[in-house]
Amino acid sequence: MGNSKMSGTNEIDVGYVARLARIRLSDSEIRELQPQLEKIVGYVRKVAELDVSGVEPTAHGIPMQNVMRGDVPAPGISNDQAMGNAPARSEGQFLVPRIVE
Amino acid sequence: MTIGEASGLLATGECSSEELVRSLAATIRRLDKRIDAYVDLDEEYALSQARAADRARREGARGALLGVPLAVKDILNVEGQACTCCSRILQGYRSPYDATAIARLRAGGAIFLGRTNMDEFAMGSSTENSAFKVTKNPADTSRVPGGSSGGSAAAVAGDEAIAALGTDTGGSIRQPASFCGCVGLKPSYGRVSRYGLTAYASSLDQVGPLAKNVRDCAILLNAMAGLDPRDSTTVDAPVPDYAAGLGDGRLNGLVLGMPREYFTGGVDAGVLEKVNAAARICEGLGAAIEEVSLPHTGYVVATYYIIATAEASANLARFDGVRYGQRAKGGKDPIEMYLATRDEGFGTEVKRRIILGTYVLSSGYYDAYYLKAQKVRTLIRRDFENAFRRCHALLSPVAPSPAFRIGENSGDPLKMYMGDILTIPANLSGICGMSVPCGKTSGNLPVGLQILGPSMKEEIILKVGHAYENAGNA
Repeated sequence: MGNSKMSGTNEIDVGYVARLARIRLSDSEIRELQPQLEKIVGYVRKVAELDVSGVEPTAHGIPMQNVMRGDVPAPGISNDQAMGNAPARSEGQFLVPRIVE
Repeated sequence: MTIGEASGLLATGECSSEELVRSLAATIRRLDKRIDAYVDLDEEYALSQARAADRARREGARGALLGVPLAVKDILNVEGQACTCCSRILQGYRSPYDATAIARLRAGGAIFLGRTNMDEFAMGSSTENSAFKVTKNPADTSRVPGGSSGGSAAAVAGDEAIAALGTDTGGSIRQPASFCGCVGLKPSYGRVSRYGLTAYASSLDQVGPLAKNVRDCAILLNAMAGLDPRDSTTVDAPVPDYAAGLGDGRLNGLVLGMPREYFTGGVDAGVLEKVNAAARICEGLGAAIEEVSLPHTGYVVATYYIIATAEASANLARFDGVRYGQRAKGGKDPIEMYLATRDEGFGTEVKRRIILGTYVLSSGYYDAYYLKAQKVRTLIRRDFENAFRRCHALLSPVAPSPAFRIGENSGDPLKMYMGDILTIPANLSGICGMSVPCGKTSGNLPVGLQILGPSMKEEIILKVGHAYENAGNA
């Protein structure tokens, strides 16, 4: 639900967006990426040139909707297999740093 | 050696699958120091598979792929093998399951000997974005093999593999096939299951074969294609026998279109010369050639880099250090852990695309960028629908240039993106496409002929490619 906002500048606050994407960037990385991304955003804005009134969006290469299957349980991989690549585990669960004090 | 040739030797008993695997592994150890196509070689595992295939053959089992070793791009899950997507963030990860495409090949007796180098998470057009190493083009080792399936293309073209699997989201099978001089096919969207393929852009990704001839691609496609209940984007349509349907080498009755926007001054003269010559050969084989127009070609790169990066930003959110892959040390809470893990684990191009994708989906920008791009995508799809009303298939170059030098484009991301202009449209519209070698430039660099066909009509592009290949000029 955004309002259509495409202002005059190729504004993109790389540090802010990176935080949204949960990627920490160093100051030097931000300095490197900021002009590159401004240039790329400036380029992809050209989609705004086209008149797309009345055109349906294509989310998908082929027209297909609501593919359903029966709700029938079937075996999956075991807890051990699913935990096999866990960086940290305990009692069949993934261990992470404390979320709440 | 092709799949056809390997299969023949195995069938007559001239060699066993075990001997084939040993020989190929030795070849790889000898040649790959120079080419760096492989990131993982599991000879012991492959030998055990080979012995099983030899045993099955003695007991009466048959099949075009029985006992044949294949190379796999490091993005497809093969149970028990590594799967890093050539990213630091997945170092140490071992697949607990087979991708459907892999399982189906395994059921046909194929052997998974090695994993090939790629641009990290399939984001790139040169294989220079691999976290581990840069693959060299066997045609000229100072040049890139293309990407993102550069390792697979280099292995096949350089005779370090009989055939290989790759993936194509914006051209990542076709372009490296063109740069290295082998055949590469991107199936129609929904033709091959994406279950077990690490997702980059879910509405664009496809798994496909790279091989030394069109017939081998048809064999691999036959094994992998078809409805998969585990991937609800696969199409419920029958899989024709692609290898049997290659035809007699004539193209009478076929109308082939050449989109004028793909033959402009932006394409290298040496490339145009070879592709135009290939079109004349197709005419000589009985096809009618027509000029067509795909008027929205100028918008495909912008559309792709909005849609693909948006989808990638969602797909790569799962790499957070919680359940698999690398986890950064010292994070005092999960958010800090995510921030550090993803900073340390992702390379620069991946970060660039995730940030761009996050931006175009973010509040205030979604309508202007992402929704708009989805609508432009409809216009691009309609361009092909219109062209396919008059033509059975389209012919064009694969890329505006032959293989560029290592390092030549890596300082300019946007320039690198523009090189995808001729391959991206097939992914955006979901149609099928193949690159077939059509000669070399004056600098001895391979050039690929792109053959594009309507969605779910791979038999048409295979027929055209097979006929062209056997006209003696490939």
